[in-house]
Amino acid sequence: MSIASKAAGVEFRNVSRRYGSTAAVDDVSFSIEAGTLVTLLGPSGCGKTTTLRMIAGLEMASGGTILIGGKDVTRLPATDRNVTMVFQSYALFPHMSVADNVAYGLVVSGVRKRDAAARAAEGLELVGLGGYGQRLPSELSGGQQQRVAVARALVLEPEVLLFDEPLSNLDAKLRRKMRDDIRELQQKLGLTSVYVTHDQEEALAVSDRIIVMNKSVIAQTGTPDELYRRPNSRFVADFIGGANLIDGELVARGGGTATVALGRLTLSVPDPGLPAGGILLAVRPNAIRLRPAGADGGINGGGDGSGDGIPVTVRKATYLGSHMEYGLTSEFGDLFVVDPNVANPVPAGATALATFTGDGIAAVAR
Amino acid sequence: MRPRSAVWLALGWVGFALLPWFAGSGTQPALAPPAPGPAGSALIDGLTSGRWWLLPVALPLLLALAVTALPGLRARQPAALLAGGAFGLAWVAAQGFAIGLDGWAWGWLGALFGPLPLGQGGFGAGAALTALSFLFLMTNGFAGLGFMKGDRFTAGAIGLVLAAIAAFVFLPVGYVLSGAGDTGTGGFSAGALWARLAAPDVWRLSCLTEAKSCGVVWNSVFLAVMTGIATTLLGLAFALVAVRTGFRAKKLLRVLTVLPIITPPFVISLAVILLFGRNGTVTLAMADWFGIPVSRWIYGLPGVLLTQTLAFTPISFLVMIGVVQGIGPSLEEAAQTLRASRWVTFRTVTWPLMRPGVANAFLISFIESLADFGNPLILGGNYEVLSTKIYFAVVGAQNDPGRAAALGIILLCLCLGAFWVQRQWLGKKSYATVGGKGDNGIPSQLPRGIKIAAYATALPWAAFTFVLYGLILFGGFTENWGRNNSLTLRHYLAAFDLSWGPNGLIWSGRAWGSLFTTIEVAALSAPLTAAVGLLTAYLLVRQSFKGRGAFEFLTMLSFTIPGTVIGISYILAFNQPPIELTGTVTILIVCFVFRNMPVSIRAGVAAMSQIDRSLDECSLTLGAGSVQTIRRVILPLLRPAIVASLVYSFVRAITSISAVIFLVSPKYELATAYIVGRVEQGDFGLAIAYSSALIVLMSVVIALIQFAVGERRIGRRAATPVTLQEKPV
Repeated sequence: MSIASKAAGVEFRNVSRRYGSTAAVDDVSFSIEAGTLVTLLGPSGCGKTTTLRMIAGLEMASGGTILIGGKDVTRLPATDRNVTMVFQSYALFPHMSVADNVAYGLVVSGVRKRDAAARAAEGLELVGLGGYGQRLPSELSGGQQQRVAVARALVLEPEVLLFDEPLSNLDAKLRRKMRDDIRELQQKLGLTSVYVTHDQEEALAVSDRIIVMNKSVIAQTGTPDELYRRPNSRFVADFIGGANLIDGELVARGGGTATVALGRLTLSVPDPGLPAGGILLAVRPNAIRLRPAGADGGINGGGDGSGDGIPVTVRKATYLGSHMEYGLTSEFGDLFVVDPNVANPVPAGATALATFTGDGIAAVAR
Repeated sequence: MRPRSAVWLALGWVGFALLPWFAGSGTQPALAPPAPGPAGSALIDGLTSGRWWLLPVALPLLLALAVTALPGLRARQPAALLAGGAFGLAWVAAQGFAIGLDGWAWGWLGALFGPLPLGQGGFGAGAALTALSFLFLMTNGFAGLGFMKGDRFTAGAIGLVLAAIAAFVFLPVGYVLSGAGDTGTGGFSAGALWARLAAPDVWRLSCLTEAKSCGVVWNSVFLAVMTGIATTLLGLAFALVAVRTGFRAKKLLRVLTVLPIITPPFVISLAVILLFGRNGTVTLAMADWFGIPVSRWIYGLPGVLLTQTLAFTPISFLVMIGVVQGIGPSLEEAAQTLRASRWVTFRTVTWPLMRPGVANAFLISFIESLADFGNPLILGGNYEVLSTKIYFAVVGAQNDPGRAAALGIILLCLCLGAFWVQRQWLGKKSYATVGGKGDNGIPSQLPRGIKIAAYATALPWAAFTFVLYGLILFGGFTENWGRNNSLTLRHYLAAFDLSWGPNGLIWSGRAWGSLFTTIEVAALSAPLTAAVGLLTAYLLVRQSFKGRGAFEFLTMLSFTIPGTVIGISYILAFNQPPIELTGTVTILIVCFVFRNMPVSIRAGVAAMSQIDRSLDECSLTLGAGSVQTIRRVILPLLRPAIVASLVYSFVRAITSISAVIFLVSPKYELATAYIVGRVEQGDFGLAIAYSSALIVLMSVVIALIQFAVGERRIGRRAATPVTLQEKPV
């Protein structure tokens, strides 16, 4: 395959983007290593797309410095940056054939028509669309259009390849396949990619690292595992994976773990680096197990976790095939629980005993 | 890095040092030995003829040369270009305005600096090129500093459009404002301005109390309100018939909408005279059958109102058809499932949804009627309106440009007021509810009473309109309409005769000259109009920059300025240095470009909004510059809008009259002005023959283009591209 990678790193130094008095991106710094896929994740309006567009050169930073491959590109317009982008809407030129679309970037940068066509054909081959070159974009399905957009961005051998919510126009099943394909291609070619999404599951699935953004600033940066297991804020805990947020008391720290008092329970969680006092416990829905109340009579359970169970009432029970979802009422407020035990579900209205498993609980600042 | 800056810099030097700085006679090749008089380039003239004020133009050029050529100063280049370009532009403009043909243009400058030995003429090629070079150096500097996303093309385009609008819309309007306060000796006084603005024949209300005519403002406003009401009701009736009934001949109604575009506005007046004038068919028949005495009743308010209603109903129809179509049938279906009867649905859902559109149609007709010039000129009689009064203040025995300017201000304020109301009040109140979904229900039929009313108004009126057009086409073949109805080709021969002379074909008909000029001017202005309009549309839709809203308002404003005001302002502004254009073909072209540009902008905006912005962004990230993006992506997708605006500006240039009647000269006579001249001489036969020739010519042009581009509507409704969404799924 002659389509090679010229992957380069990206660095933001105190970059801001202001529109009048409001800041879409506020003093953001991060760096992306060459050859990795980094996801910008956050709710809509958090500034992630603006950040992406600043990498592309479609938005100009109001302050700070942007480096690509160690060179300062802050003032460089999109045309002069070696960065390509796969758009949410794919942005295929409707008046050009698929092959012309893919060859477009080569042709406008002065590559001979013949060479451009050959490279375009290669690019289409790479995304599994060899032989579709003469069709019009409107004659392709959504997934195929997506691939054309990827091929078009790839053939220029960009230093950075950007994806702006590339899968949001596909149905759920196709989305899963496309995200695997994109990840595979990225790893195979060693591309530097920046990927914007608001879907946390997609982010966890494709990324080497994730930058979580909220309200124009970076909330947390880390590998998918770090973010899921050790969120540093209530927002990140809730946004990635979802969590039950319960008030607790941090009583002791040491050896990388912290001890938290929750009512009469005592739990051991990864050390959040917070001082002793009131904290918030983020409990993943699958970190709570349910046992029917009557079975053991509410005595201390089978020793499957840290501490005792708490009595709860099942408000709602939903059967989802692979697992059960419960809405519980407890002394700590409403709880949302995902339980893989579908063989013996607890019916709605019943009382039950909820226990916390050791994993999947993190302490964050209140 | 910045080759284009270097190119513009080189052109700036060419304009300064090589090309003749001044226009007109007396210029000579720049490198010939200098001679006295307005001659040579600014460099030579400034050094040898004593026009020392031209030499500072070199300063910014030297500065730009230094920062471009010396690598050490590279980092400062953008700021230096910005400052140098701005200074250069300001200096060129300031010296141009300050120093006229006979030295200082303003007395106080002479008092301050002492008299000048000699004056100067209008800007020529050298000055124009140098100014343009300064403009682009400035915008390049601007882009280099990181504004406009660092895009030199965008910055340059915005600069160009703004400069053009400033020079050819705002400068002339400024001259009108100052001209209205002219004291007759070249000074300006608020007293003179007030005296003209408040003159009794402008504002008096004597028609209410005694049998005298009212002030010209009240006449205009009354006529405009009446026309507005009549055309809106008719337009609504037409739209209801076309959209909401099973009427068979809908295509015929559509023809109506093309008519005002292909017809010079005053042609309706001619037709009305053929029917109701003193020798008119109807008048004579009435006299024969019923003994009603022949009178001149048609000359005055009734005639103008009738013709304006005829002329502007199609425009109102176009607006209303959009409104009626815009009401989602699903809303009415919803009302009906909620147990509302047809009539209740119409009253409670349909009509409230249409109301803003109706008001809009009224305001548009109101503005059109105020600005209309041809019909009141021909049929007005003693009923004076602002537009004709402005004309007679300039061309008549009065020859009082100050008075014309004052009336122009009043007319301008009326139109701008209506425009402002339209934007402020209606802009936020539009309920257009067309969704992108195909299946939106079926438009419900009208309640019976309304249906009958709509048919009863629309159909006779349509028939009447077609009869009038038939008369125009036929009238040119009669000897003397009403008196001697024998058929003849005399008028056509007088206008379009050809003969063979010793040197071959001779265009001996009297109309050929003006027809050729008209076509030439139209053909030259159409591509320019389309280019400027689409460029502006591109900036409006595709680029976000500070002051975009104001920019849009400015470009649309020039559409609202009535033609007569444009005409009088161009005379006032471009009859003297520094920009001397009167009597040239350039002024006609410039006038058409800026009169018709807003339509081109609208067509462009409509078409461009349908092209997803990510397409150009994608092209940019793929390494294409703005220019390449426009050429390879936007223009191919915009082809229908380009054709629409080309056709529209071509046709409008041929049919418009109000502005150009001030600007034509014996050398460059236009068809419409010529026809009006014939009418004023009482030469109806030739006027009608020429008009019908124009109508036929326009129809052929439009039909040809429609044939070439395929089924598409032309005119105020922008031709919409079939499907330009890049998401077919």
